[in-house]
Amino acid sequence: MKTPFRTAVLAIVNKDLRGEMRSRELLSVMTIFAFLCILVFSFALELDRLAREEAISGVLWVTLIFASMLGFNRSLAQEGDQGNLDALLLAPVSRPAIFFGKLLSSFLFTLLVALVLLPLMTVIYNKNLLNGWLMLTTVLGVFAFSTIGALLSMLTLHTRSREAMLPVAMLPVALPLLLTALRASTNILKGAPTREWLVWLQLLAAVTVIYLALCWLLCGFVLEE
Amino acid sequence: MTAKTKQEPLPQAVAATPMPGLLKLLTMLSLVGFCCALVLGLFVAGTDIQQGEIQRIFYIHMPSFFGAFSAFGLTVVGGFLYLWRKSERWDRIALAGVEVGLAFALINLATGAIWARPIWNTWWTWDPRLTSAAIMALTYAAYLMLRAGIEDEARKRSFMSVYGIFAFTSVLVTLFIIRVVPETIHPVIVGASPQNAQGSFEATSGVVIALIPSLLLWLTVLPITLIWHRSRIERRLEAVNRLKMQILSEQI
Repeated sequence: MKTPFRTAVLAIVNKDLRGEMRSRELLSVMTIFAFLCILVFSFALELDRLAREEAISGVLWVTLIFASMLGFNRSLAQEGDQGNLDALLLAPVSRPAIFFGKLLSSFLFTLLVALVLLPLMTVIYNKNLLNGWLMLTTVLGVFAFSTIGALLSMLTLHTRSREAMLPVAMLPVALPLLLTALRASTNILKGAPTREWLVWLQLLAAVTVIYLALCWLLCGFVLEE
Repeated sequence: MTAKTKQEPLPQAVAATPMPGLLKLLTMLSLVGFCCALVLGLFVAGTDIQQGEIQRIFYIHMPSFFGAFSAFGLTVVGGFLYLWRKSERWDRIALAGVEVGLAFALINLATGAIWARPIWNTWWTWDPRLTSAAIMALTYAAYLMLRAGIEDEARKRSFMSVYGIFAFTSVLVTLFIIRVVPETIHPVIVGASPQNAQGSFEATSGVVIALIPSLLLWLTVLPITLIWHRSRIERRLEAVNRLKMQILSEQI
């Protein structure tokens, strides 16, 4: 008898959140890393006002994608090292349920980091990022990164140098997401008319749906043991 | 999981199997076709009025991208069929597709750079399409690195099938990026060029006569022949490795 899909997903998310509440290991590392990243960018780019407006969404997305990769590496390493993944695979739970559980918990963590990042960047770069459409793009983009991140981190878990492999495997595949999310948020921040950036948001949503479907189809093969 | 994979018996697999007739035919066809396409591109097609002789590199440049496209496409097909059938043959085809496709993609990048030097006055520029083509090549280099990093054979095969399917998105991005990102300077030959494209030319009958045979050759015969040869080599390599393991385990 299999545990119903929803119950299994919620149980995995619940487990990850509770573990994080107690250890605060992942979120603190991700947030501090993201904060450092932004500081380093603002030193490195020496931005004047005009260049800053152009570069700000690039800084946001690069920081977010690096922070999410850090999170994936840690979260899957914990699962693998402490034998939890094997236990999950033995449990009467469907493979997509495990995948979606990990996806949702990583999504929530990265989203939290993003929600800290947006006001922070508003202060540091002196540009209002707390815009409804930008928030929507961020939520969608973070979710999109989480889909392939969850799949690829399960894939790189068994490679020899997994921490180094995840970025190498993930960045090229994340390119369509990065491109669309970046275009959308740059244009939103510039205050361009809706028709100029809505198409990028739609493209981002379309790519996300395609990736999600592929992950659903293929996660069973990555999770077999 | 290991039990599911079909393995060939050892002694037969190590010995060289005679080349199938169809493969011989394809090899001949690729050699002859390649020479014919070169002659068509270098001598038969007229010289471009604005760009001169350098424009002829296009008869290799664009077909080599499509060659990479169909090789990587075969990787996707091989990946799906491996996951479905669990037959090692499909995984070998997927791997061969990546290697052949990567070689074609590098030819595409190199010829593009050579063309861009006199026409754009630079070897390389961070144009959207150039960038995505470079990232496409990097994606498949990452495939080979990942593959070398996984030790368990059966796991390696199914993981790499999954990655091979995902990696194809970078090919699709490269193909469609000049249609969606308007600020590219890369010319589009089929259909209207973007506004700021530099160095475009018309697909006149003189161009088409050299382009179509070359395109067909690179799209079909060339990748299929090379992938077939490469997967035959891979099959013998795997057999040799298995034999090695068997001998080692017998010694202990």
